[in-house]
Amino acid sequence: MNLTLLWTDIMVWILIFALIGWGWVVSRSPQVKKQWHTIFRSRIAMASAIVLLFYLSFALLDSVHMRHTVQDKSGHAASAEVHYKGEMVSLLDLLFAHTIEHTERTYSAPFATHEYAKSIVVDEKDNVTRQAYLPLKYVNIPAGESEMEDIVRRSLGAIGLGLFVSLILVFLHLLLKGKERFGEKVRYVWRGETELPWRTAYLTFLLLTVTFVWLYVLSYHYHVLGTDKVGGDVFYQSLKSIRTGVLIGILTTLVMLPVSIVLGISAGFFGGWIDDIIQYIYTTLNSIPGVLLIAAAVLVMQVMMDNHPQWFETTLERSDLRLLFLIMILGVTSWTGLCRLLRAETLKISQVEFVTAAKAFGVSKWKIIFRHIMPNLMHIILISVVLDFSGLVLAEAVLSYVGVGVDPTMYSWGNMINQARLEMAREPMVWWSLFSAFIFMFILVLAANLLSDRVQTVLDPRNKS
Amino acid sequence: MLAYILRRILYAIPILIGVNLITFVLFFMINSPDDMARAQLGAKQVTPQMIEAWKVEKGYDKPLFLNPKATGVEKISDTLFMQESLKLFAFDFGFSDANRDIGSDIKERMGPSLAIALPTFFIALVTNISLALLLVLFRGSVLDTSMMVIAVMIMSISGLFYIIAGQVLFSKVWHWVPISGYEPGWSAVKFVILPVIIGVFAGMGAGVRWYRSIFLEQMNQDYVRTARAKGLSEISVLFKHVLKNGMLPILTGVVVVIPSLFMGSLVMESFFGIPGLGSYTIDAINSQDFAIVKAMVFLGSVLYIVGLILTDISYTLFDPRVKLS
Repeated sequence: MNLTLLWTDIMVWILIFALIGWGWVVSRSPQVKKQWHTIFRSRIAMASAIVLLFYLSFALLDSVHMRHTVQDKSGHAASAEVHYKGEMVSLLDLLFAHTIEHTERTYSAPFATHEYAKSIVVDEKDNVTRQAYLPLKYVNIPAGESEMEDIVRRSLGAIGLGLFVSLILVFLHLLLKGKERFGEKVRYVWRGETELPWRTAYLTFLLLTVTFVWLYVLSYHYHVLGTDKVGGDVFYQSLKSIRTGVLIGILTTLVMLPVSIVLGISAGFFGGWIDDIIQYIYTTLNSIPGVLLIAAAVLVMQVMMDNHPQWFETTLERSDLRLLFLIMILGVTSWTGLCRLLRAETLKISQVEFVTAAKAFGVSKWKIIFRHIMPNLMHIILISVVLDFSGLVLAEAVLSYVGVGVDPTMYSWGNMINQARLEMAREPMVWWSLFSAFIFMFILVLAANLLSDRVQTVLDPRNKS
Repeated sequence: MLAYILRRILYAIPILIGVNLITFVLFFMINSPDDMARAQLGAKQVTPQMIEAWKVEKGYDKPLFLNPKATGVEKISDTLFMQESLKLFAFDFGFSDANRDIGSDIKERMGPSLAIALPTFFIALVTNISLALLLVLFRGSVLDTSMMVIAVMIMSISGLFYIIAGQVLFSKVWHWVPISGYEPGWSAVKFVILPVIIGVFAGMGAGVRWYRSIFLEQMNQDYVRTARAKGLSEISVLFKHVLKNGMLPILTGVVVVIPSLFMGSLVMESFFGIPGLGSYTIDAINSQDFAIVKAMVFLGSVLYIVGLILTDISYTLFDPRVKLS
């Protein structure tokens, strides 16, 4: 095993550490701390945040890639060269090694024991062909038990395990939090008398963990969300898609933020020809329809990647590079909105007394920007970051459908939906791929939307009436 | 007024040149015509002669920005960039890879695109505004809060699901409308009705929330208080004052998209097999037909700029305070 990080892995971890650092800096300012406190006083915001963290943890789990070292066939332990297998696996893949190995032949419904369509079998005895539902290869029900009994028995065990694990985590968190006695803390949380709605947070966490553990344990014995056309497990695919969706949502913001902040503030603060040029750039970029600009850029990039096959060793690296390009292109096309907002706000703040006073005292321009202007723009930046996230996750699906999204070999909800489109025409319908993509996406986007609503109501000064 | 419009149109020219420059850099500089030829001709064993022939056939055999062989003005004008831009400015889009005239293709496909885009736009506008007014009238009530929750949910579902679910329910299970296709004339209605309904519904969440927030902002203004103090009923306050004053922010968001309706919707048209400009673009993207994509990018930008100018003009018509100068 050898740790090998992809480009997007590196970016996502940098972003996480930057976020933690920013959180630490921010938590020292009592004013900002109070604002966040107000945001999370809403039960919906708390639950949404837990859901988002849950998704994020899967994305991070899937963002640590490594390569298997190949055992030398001759058995020499200390061979001079270490060979790596071509394929890279992430921590999530290790967790799901059993589902990756156990692929079926074709479609099967969730929890099914047999394939979804009849196949032609040759009867050995009288040498005639007949049609039959073939049993799935990797679903074995112990003798003497019906399928229902087996599922119920295993489910009870799994749910018990899930409850046990999540309760331990919740108690650990309770132990480390606050200074009161443990029993008191439990009582306050139980009655919902804490200042922040911890009860909701714990319940959301409990629900998510139990559901996941239940599905995960059963995935050793069944295909819990069915299998796709080539027999791949849909549950595993849906989980892998989390990384794609979350990465597009947060990394695009990372690409876009510096550009829009620098250009927006310079345009608003310096004015004159700088303002003219920046306005010209964003009007021009804005006037090209977004999807078309992305499509054009992705097409061009595809030709470029086809002409330079030496850039990547494995298909995973290729699809990763394409994801990176897509993120950058999305960043280039989406900075204009925030830039315009920041320009307008900077113009407004530059006229306020405290800035003119600072100017009159001869405070340097950079100091004015960092001390006086930036802090007053924070709420706009934050609101737009949370607002953009859900839009980007949804955009990924549309772009993948159009054919200019992520690589077709990459797991993503867009690719799943794209595939499902043809499956709906089958008889009987193959609904589970679409259904899983729908559920996974819906929960993520809904949580993001609800949280961004709350952030907006709390941070937007216009709402204080 | 006329002078103002004229100046706005002149202002559009540098923007269009910028758009041209961006598309040119995208299509000709990141990948040189040689790369494109290799990608188009496909095979690995492409000879330099074949590439040259392809470039001559497409008219891509000139230098990019500067022609060292030419003299005088031709040094700049006899280049690929000038040739491509001038053609676009004259709305001469050239020929696609399948050797069809792109200009006439676009004209032909505008009709079906509008047949979907126009009804979707107007029905959505009317339903969203009336729903928003209704919610503002009953603000704070159970109706308001529950509708807002539903709106967030509608927003959180990808548009693709609405299309697939609509097709499965209305076409496959209930057989109310054909699943896809298009016919010109009045018989188009049965093909158009489902995409329009889905389009209106998918945009409803975001739309209603936006209009509601605009109207709510107006509700906090002083003139509303005055109107109430005069003894006007809540309904007449809403329709006579709030709706009128809310029109201004609505105009900025709405007028700008009207010209872009010509472009059609990529996803909707390709799902329902409607031969409009949206599906035209998607087909071009899938077959990597750069000439068509380039033409659509230019057309889209022109329409967007027209939309911006229309927005400014509509301001002067609706808001007497705005004086164009």
